[in-house]
Amino acid sequence: MKKVMIGNHAVSWGVLRSRVEVISAYPITPQTQIVEALSDMVADGSLPAQYIKVESEHSAMAACIGGSIAGTRTFTATSAQGLALMHEMLHWAAGGRLPVVMANVNRAMAPGWTIWTDQNDSLSQRDTGWIQLYCETNQEVFDTTVQAFKLAETVDLPVMLVLDAFFLSHTSEPVDVTEQEDVDRFLPQRDATFKMDTSDPHAFGALVRPDAYTEMRWQQQEAMHEARDVFRQVEDVWEAITGRRYGAVEAYRTEDADLLLVTSGTITSTARTVVDERRAGGEKVGLLKVKMFRPFPTEELRGHLGGVDRVAVLDRNISPGHGGIFAEEIRSALYDVPPEDRPNLFGYVLGLGGRDVTPTVISDIIDNCRSTARPEREDLWVGVEL
Amino acid sequence: MSQTIIKQHIPRDDLLASGHLACPGCAAPIAMNLVLKALGPETMVVLPACCWSIIAGPWPQSSLRVPLFHTAFETGAAVASGIKAGLVARGDTETTVISWAGDGGTFDIGLQALSGAAERNEDFIYICYDNEAYMNTGVQRSSATPWGAWTTTTPTNDPEHQPKKDIMAIMAAHRIPYAATASVAYPVDLVEKVKKARTIRGTRFLHILAPCPPGWKTQNDETIDLARMAVERRVFPLMEVENGGTWRFTVDHPGGSIEEYIRRQARFKHLTDRQVEIIQDEVDARWGILSNRVEHGT
Repeated sequence: MKKVMIGNHAVSWGVLRSRVEVISAYPITPQTQIVEALSDMVADGSLPAQYIKVESEHSAMAACIGGSIAGTRTFTATSAQGLALMHEMLHWAAGGRLPVVMANVNRAMAPGWTIWTDQNDSLSQRDTGWIQLYCETNQEVFDTTVQAFKLAETVDLPVMLVLDAFFLSHTSEPVDVTEQEDVDRFLPQRDATFKMDTSDPHAFGALVRPDAYTEMRWQQQEAMHEARDVFRQVEDVWEAITGRRYGAVEAYRTEDADLLLVTSGTITSTARTVVDERRAGGEKVGLLKVKMFRPFPTEELRGHLGGVDRVAVLDRNISPGHGGIFAEEIRSALYDVPPEDRPNLFGYVLGLGGRDVTPTVISDIIDNCRSTARPEREDLWVGVEL
Repeated sequence: MSQTIIKQHIPRDDLLASGHLACPGCAAPIAMNLVLKALGPETMVVLPACCWSIIAGPWPQSSLRVPLFHTAFETGAAVASGIKAGLVARGDTETTVISWAGDGGTFDIGLQALSGAAERNEDFIYICYDNEAYMNTGVQRSSATPWGAWTTTTPTNDPEHQPKKDIMAIMAAHRIPYAATASVAYPVDLVEKVKKARTIRGTRFLHILAPCPPGWKTQNDETIDLARMAVERRVFPLMEVENGGTWRFTVDHPGGSIEEYIRRQARFKHLTDRQVEIIQDEVDARWGILSNRVEHGT
């Protein structure tokens, strides 16, 4: 069934099709339409879920954790300040190995107040133990929402799917909504690995002494590693049903390229058109889209980037005092590439707080990357005017 | 005689195992044991950070024979909401979910989540065992700490300035179906209240005073005496509030001087006789307010 819908509603439809059992959420622009649509779906009976309309995002995540340890499929959505408020409980969901799924609509952090997109909200949660999947289109948002539950429940880790404020959240695109019976085949009712059960009582999350804590973190890390393979398998099955797959990393026209752009989120679509134009002019430019940020697709990135002359990483985020976060992570991944194959990496910081990243901007970046022997600094800020 | 009554009213089976990690003389495990006796094994416990995070035992042990979820300090009411929703989503409307929190997790850091859950009338029992300070972190003041008390953050030369927060009035203002105070010195009253709470749907709140020998600076064998004295002398009256409007005392409160209650706790030893009188005046004033609520429903 094809429908034209905004990105936020693509999330809601994904949640509907996934037969989520417990929803808990608190409003924040620009995610609110996700939970508004879910309210309608629950109210009209099309989604027979328990919906807890909590008094804060912190409680939203806490309630999802409760629903999850009771054995059910749970969902919430948030953005920016709301995600930051959840921070403590993000650790609780991940450390507790609870497969909560959350949509985060990327919104820049205040102050100054802003509702427009950048990735600092979700990337600030990097080390909480959540799988993070960044989306480019509304179709990908729908598909990733359904896949997120499958992935989360297979490896017992929470999954955050991420979409850009307004560029996706409020922009209408055609979405092929997979039929319910197909999704049911892909994603049966959750059968929890462990849950609260009065016939088999256990304590969860108790004090752990130094002799066991490390082992628990090790198991969490092993699950993260496993998630790379499981995501591939999840995509295999989904592709067999829908014909669609995205990859943890997508290579676009990378064959024989001497310069690769690296993007995530909606900047990718803009970069595709620039790559097409440059290719039409005979230039060997390609594009890598990074969908999966955690676990980090280290091997895929090394495989694609090793041996390329120049790499321009476009970061709609900044780690103050360091650089663009994708650029720094990729730089780190490339350390283990043999020196002769190690590309010259340029890290561009741009588009913060929703500033447009136009084809011209990306084209200028390609020119800058080509014409400079070495980057002047690890964070190359685009378009700063003081 | 009283033994007979207790046998009639309090179930024999313990859902709290021996070997828990409470300090000697602690009222908190007594309260938990009574509550679980009243609720039975079809119960799930949510435990935000508090002394009971330790008492329950470290991984992989548990001193409870019911499922237990340890959670962050401020989330007892929110996690309990989620667990109940999950159970209902799978068709289980019978299992009782309780959130078991200290005074810090209730009066202070958990109040927002508790207020939210109470306003939504979430279907669980929230139980606050109140030892009147952050005892697990080493006796720091909370908004449940009484006026004049020493804690490690209210030293004797600058003791607690504020009277104890009126949590029962706050909960009653949410018009939840049932709220009550209870005491480990009145086990029959406590168990009856828990049993009654179990039959009611919606948010139920129970406030249990829990004397703490290291925090109150009392002897280990004084806990029950002090808990009883707090009730008799009207420092901690035992009452019920239904639907936020109907207030009722559940035991006799003969009253009398609070001096012995105060003087037996070394956390008050710096107080002058005049300051003890101030506490007496406050207790008398509070009693007047409560009696008025019982008489007039407000």
